[in-house]
Amino acid sequence: MNLDLNLQVIAPALIVALSLLLVLLGEVFLPASQRRWLGYLALIGLLGAAVVAAMLWGANLSGFGKMVVADAFGLFLTLIILLGAALSVLLAFDFVRAHQLDTGEFFALVLSAVVGMIGMVTATDLIVIFLALELLSLPLYVLAAFKRADKRSLEAGLKYFLLGAFASAFFLYGIAFVFGGTGTTNLGRIAAVLGASPRSDVALVGMGLLGVGFAFKVALVPFHWWTPDVYEGAPTVVTAFMSVAVKAAAFGAFFRVFLVALPELAADWRALLAVIAVLTMTLGNVAALLQSNVKRMLAYSSIAHAGYILIALVAMGVNGAGSALFYLLAYTLTNLGAFGAVIALSDGTRERLELNDFAGVAKAQPLVAAALTILLLSLAGFPPFAGFTGKFFIFGAAVESGWAWLAVIGVLNSLISAYFYLRPVVQMYMVEPAGGWNRLRVAPFVAFVLAIAVIGVLALGIVPAPVIALASGGFLK
Amino acid sequence: MEIIVFYLFAAIAVIAALGVVGLRNPVYAALCLAVVFVSFAGLYVLLSAPFIAVAQVMIYAGAILILFVFVIMLLSPPVDQGEGALKWQKPLALGFVGALAVQLVLVLALAVLPSARGSLTPEVIAQRGDVQVVGAALFSDYLLPFEMTSLLLLVAIVGVIVLAKKR
Amino acid sequence: MPEDYLPILAMVVVVIGFAAAALVVSAITGPRKPNPAKLSPYESGMPPFGSARRRISIRYYLTAVLFILFDIEIVFFYPWAVLFRQLGLFGLIEMAIFVAILLVGYVYVWRKGGFDWD
Repeated sequence: MNLDLNLQVIAPALIVALSLLLVLLGEVFLPASQRRWLGYLALIGLLGAAVVAAMLWGANLSGFGKMVVADAFGLFLTLIILLGAALSVLLAFDFVRAHQLDTGEFFALVLSAVVGMIGMVTATDLIVIFLALELLSLPLYVLAAFKRADKRSLEAGLKYFLLGAFASAFFLYGIAFVFGGTGTTNLGRIAAVLGASPRSDVALVGMGLLGVGFAFKVALVPFHWWTPDVYEGAPTVVTAFMSVAVKAAAFGAFFRVFLVALPELAADWRALLAVIAVLTMTLGNVAALLQSNVKRMLAYSSIAHAGYILIALVAMGVNGAGSALFYLLAYTLTNLGAFGAVIALSDGTRERLELNDFAGVAKAQPLVAAALTILLLSLAGFPPFAGFTGKFFIFGAAVESGWAWLAVIGVLNSLISAYFYLRPVVQMYMVEPAGGWNRLRVAPFVAFVLAIAVIGVLALGIVPAPVIALASGGFLK
Repeated sequence: MEIIVFYLFAAIAVIAALGVVGLRNPVYAALCLAVVFVSFAGLYVLLSAPFIAVAQVMIYAGAILILFVFVIMLLSPPVDQGEGALKWQKPLALGFVGALAVQLVLVLALAVLPSARGSLTPEVIAQRGDVQVVGAALFSDYLLPFEMTSLLLLVAIVGVIVLAKKR
Repeated sequence: MPEDYLPILAMVVVVIGFAAAALVVSAITGPRKPNPAKLSPYESGMPPFGSARRRISIRYYLTAVLFILFDIEIVFFYPWAVLFRQLGLFGLIEMAIFVAILLVGYVYVWRKGGFDWD
């Protein structure tokens, strides 16, 4: 037995897992009136994990027989995930109380999903990636159905579960084929075997099946059908968490598997993924144009953004991976902020979901309206916001690697997207307010999340250089 | 001999699997699934993996199938009578599945699988003992996946209480 | 190695053969004189009422899932027990962590009343 029990490597995940256990125990042993502290406990766990992850930066550790690594790529994504989770927890503080959701279980499930996500982005073995994928998915199936009294929430959970289980099966089948073709599940060794032997059709089939599994998790066309229904039906704060953290985690593993294990097959998957990227961007944006429900609109928008990030994978190389990391960070801040604004504008448990619910909001809630405007402009890719710089880096990486036509289609898609992102803005500023909405004070935590999102979006948009340097340093070696 | 037994179990598994998807009565389908699970256990024995075979019978045929039957009784769905809502999806799905099947069969038939055998040949397993080999791998090289499994089970426990417990 | 399991295969064949034979032989040789009392599901028992396809309570589901989860846990114990001496203290700690995590789940279910019927 030669074990390298390098617990440091998994320290961030360990801390989150520990706080998960404490939250669960707290849920059953604390009196109901004290359970709101569990949210703070979750937050402390996430922040502690972030501090440890930051301390591991640059050390490039690996452990457990090279099953996990703490390289810059993994740590950058770990930090994105922890940021997304921490902001979601902040949004959830008042949300779970207002909607009377089970406090302890909610935070425990979020934390366990985070453990899975960190596992996904730091794993270098297909078995660990699969277990992490399940650890990420299971709690999200439950969270999507968390509002048990709400039929749509239950429908979202069931739909997500059935299709997700199906996708997991594809993923597992893909692992079996890759193992059959190479005799190993370690990403580095897979690449070595593929490089040393003649083209393996078995591994190629495995690659395709793995691709299906990933495509489902990040919602690429044609594996996106679940997205609008699940995003719409799930409680808003869960949708916010799902839309950012799952993307970061699944894209992290997607990039690592394809760039580290399967570069030998790049000629095959690049063309395939380029086509999928075009379909995903176009369908996501065009379908978003037709939505009148804001959550559905953001769902289709998240599909479109997955398409943009896929361009970075097609571009490969330092620029591809680096620009994807930057984009995921920008997207996490922006999208969480946008959902935070939807939560901030809700009236108790009644949420503004239809476009015309936003009529005249600027008069009642000028600050929230301004924040939402900035975030939507960033999503659309207007300068000087983070969304613009993110797209700029991705399209730049595509042009440099000879995929200029893909960048052109990406730019055209961004133009289409401006239309639907501006529709709520027009409603907020140019339409007279409709009656029937109480003007509520925005909860301090939600306001804090909005502030962080807006400041982050502006900072990343105006001075992106330090962050893109860190992100590019995170390229997989 | 081995090859005869393999084809026997494989044939039973395929026929029973067709029964799972083809039979209209969900209870019959579940029972066919039990047959699939058990014949898989036979295949695992042929692969010198008796521990997996026992686990297969214990967990899949024993526990998971019971759950399936419970869920069928829970929902008590009517025996599927006809096409239902999914009319045009059926030929489409058959087309896709057919294409996938042809592709997989072709690839596997033409593939040259790596001939290098790992260190765990049937002889080694026979000598060291199957459970010992599994255990040694599980508790050393695969320690991390092993502990992750317990976390996964914990999440499932929480999930089932959240979704199914009356309050 | 797989040869060691031939007796089990033989037993499976015998069991299936015996069951099939019993059905076939009784179908061929047995006299058939049906009358209403004989055709009732429980001869000289209570006449059944209602449909057999009755919905059962979701509580069975909860019990069944919890059973499966702890059943899977037990499967991991088996190789551990076989290798217990070889693994030594390290193995004990490994299993202790595994069990501790699941114990949190157990305590959770217990306190939430998952083991109560109502």
